[in-house]
Amino acid sequence: MHKLLLKGGRVVDPQAGEIFAADILIVEGRIAAIGPGLEAGECAVMDVAGKLVAPGLIDMHVHFREPGFEAKETIASGSRAAARGGFTAVACMPNTDPVADNRAVITYIKNRAEEAGLVKVYPIAALTRGSRGEELTEMADLKEAGAVALSDDGHPVASAAVMRRAMQYARMVGLPVISHCEEPTLSAGGVMHEGYMSTVLGLPGIPAAAEEIMVARDIILSEYTGCPLHIAHVSTSGSVRLIREAKARGVPVTAEVTPHHFTLTDRAVADYNTSTKVNPPLRTEEDVAALKEALADGTIDVIATDHAPHTLEEKDVEYQLAPFGLVGLETALGLVWTELVIPGVLSPVEAIRKLTVNPARILGLKEGVLKVGADADITIIDPELTEVVDPATFASKGRNTPFSGRRLQGLPVATIVKGRVVYNRDLAVIA
Amino acid sequence: MNWKRKDILGLQNLSAEEIRLILDTAVPMKEILGRAIKKVPTLRGRTVVTLFYEPSTRTRTSFELAAKYLSADSVNLSTSTSSVVKGETLKDTARTLAAMGADVVVLRHPMAGAPNLLARTIPAAVINAGDGAHEHPTQALLDMFTVREKMGELAGLNVAIIGDILHSRVARSNIWGFTKMGARVRICGPATMIPPEIEAMGVQVCTRMEEALDGADVVMMLRIQLERQQQGLFPSIREYARLFGLNRKRLALARPGALVMHPGPMNRGVEISPEVADGVNSVINEQVTNGVAVRMALLYLLGGGGMPDA
Ligand SMILES: [Zn+2]
Ligand SMILES: [Zn+2]
Repeated sequence: MHKLLLKGGRVVDPQAGEIFAADILIVEGRIAAIGPGLEAGECAVMDVAGKLVAPGLIDMHVHFREPGFEAKETIASGSRAAARGGFTAVACMPNTDPVADNRAVITYIKNRAEEAGLVKVYPIAALTRGSRGEELTEMADLKEAGAVALSDDGHPVASAAVMRRAMQYARMVGLPVISHCEEPTLSAGGVMHEGYMSTVLGLPGIPAAAEEIMVARDIILSEYTGCPLHIAHVSTSGSVRLIREAKARGVPVTAEVTPHHFTLTDRAVADYNTSTKVNPPLRTEEDVAALKEALADGTIDVIATDHAPHTLEEKDVEYQLAPFGLVGLETALGLVWTELVIPGVLSPVEAIRKLTVNPARILGLKEGVLKVGADADITIIDPELTEVVDPATFASKGRNTPFSGRRLQGLPVATIVKGRVVYNRDLAVIA
Repeated sequence: MNWKRKDILGLQNLSAEEIRLILDTAVPMKEILGRAIKKVPTLRGRTVVTLFYEPSTRTRTSFELAAKYLSADSVNLSTSTSSVVKGETLKDTARTLAAMGADVVVLRHPMAGAPNLLARTIPAAVINAGDGAHEHPTQALLDMFTVREKMGELAGLNVAIIGDILHSRVARSNIWGFTKMGARVRICGPATMIPPEIEAMGVQVCTRMEEALDGADVVMMLRIQLERQQQGLFPSIREYARLFGLNRKRLALARPGALVMHPGPMNRGVEISPEVADGVNSVINEQVTNGVAVRMALLYLLGGGGMPDA
């Protein structure tokens, strides 16, 4: 019988909202006991004294690029990056080639994830065929194949009529719709936030209004159709205001923010570093403050990375030619701790909640909690550990991070999926 | 002061002292241009490459003449914009240039920040000869040189810049340059061509041309790209000319003896009337001559040659 005892840690329970000293006993991939001073006889023991023991982190927004763009990332390399970042489960977006708009691609992704055998990979299926924003996908079939949500991320649905029908149908099928909110005629040609910095740098801008108009539209459609709507990567104070007001009215809307959007502003673009080129773009000081406030008051439910790896060659070009996106899995927890927990924006429990139970609830997953009988998906965090980000050490194939050289505190030191240690920084395991 | 920079990427990051040094250095260079034999051995044995991804005979010729008068070898590489998008990347070209032993590379590129990328990649000095809507520092320096020559001092002057500010690298470089030297800058153009938050660059935004011209010492007209009308940025050429064209009547609102400037090439009858373009206030032709002097100054400072005998 395979057993592992996590000894001497402090357990973070985001459901109960507390942190308490306890050991956790894992037997055959499941949590068998949680409590103080557990003894288990013949058993491997991991010394987690001084560490936080949290439910396995879930990143509900990643791009793993397979099938189609394996030079950027594969499901295997993405899984390694997730494990190293402390994530035990990820949901991957469908903008692959072919697009994940049919059962075959969903099944392929699940099989590849199984082969990689590290973290749980939940596919998100396309909302419309080919993500072209025209015809609906076979949502019921996709759900049966294992899709946990629907999204045309990266290709915002321009037609309000198509979005309305997609939401009506998705509601019937019982899948949430994740929306990348971008009004394409307003964002066309833009490569960074439209404001003082775009004026000075002479780069075409993407106004905040391009995001906010679609947030408003999709909230109205969510209210009208009753379909749960999750707004991806919120970046502006205006979007926050719209979501806060919609939630107060009882609209079934949830939202996520990325670590880069709550950490950086458009000032980071100043030297044309293409690792700062993301969509939606990095916004202003005022927007960052609004995002933090929204995290603190619960308007924003989830922290997700929008992990978007690209090759060095693709990013090493003129700013306007570079593709959008940055890698986020391996810096996420450190940024959450350094930018939110240490300054007191979020308590440790609140931060963990936005990385575990909340995304699980939105996607309808059973993960995200620590309880007896559940899969032993666990992330061990050292809240004191500091490290300088060095992209050369990334497990991801992507090196496109604007955080190179930044010192982060609060890092994952071990990742356990179904009782198996898939990442271990340097914790002693005594067999 | 001594010159310490490797590159000239824009005026945003130059100090007033650095700008003054460039303008001062251009004075003896202009004197060379007045000689019967316009050639000094300052940069003998050095190679200046002009790399143009956007056609501009004017700017390229100005740089090539500047290099020639300083005895540098100059090589021209022109590439069409389409090859930027597919095929050889700027980085590939940069490696070729480095292998060829270029000492100074003059880059004109349709995309903002391309000179920054090049400067990071190669050991040669990089001079930005205009990048997208970002900066055009040599144009602004020759504008400042021309104004200083005519007015003596830049500090305290009122400068009006009129036209498509949104897409103008000339406007941005001039705003940085003139404000650093203590001038007041007003900008004016169609509301659709005023970029957001430009006031924070230290300028006053005027919606009416009359307001911008009132008491101006320098009136700088920008070229309007006629195809902007197709992009819906203004309703017609006729209305543009009516609201933002410089004619004799409007010019009368500026100070007597105000300078009229234009980076060229002009749309006569659109942004500027022929009688103003060729009138007594116009210094448009001198801008061209001064362009060579200023570019000689920059090649000299960046190319690391010996000072020419005055
Ligand atoms: Zn997106
Ligand atoms: Zn995404």
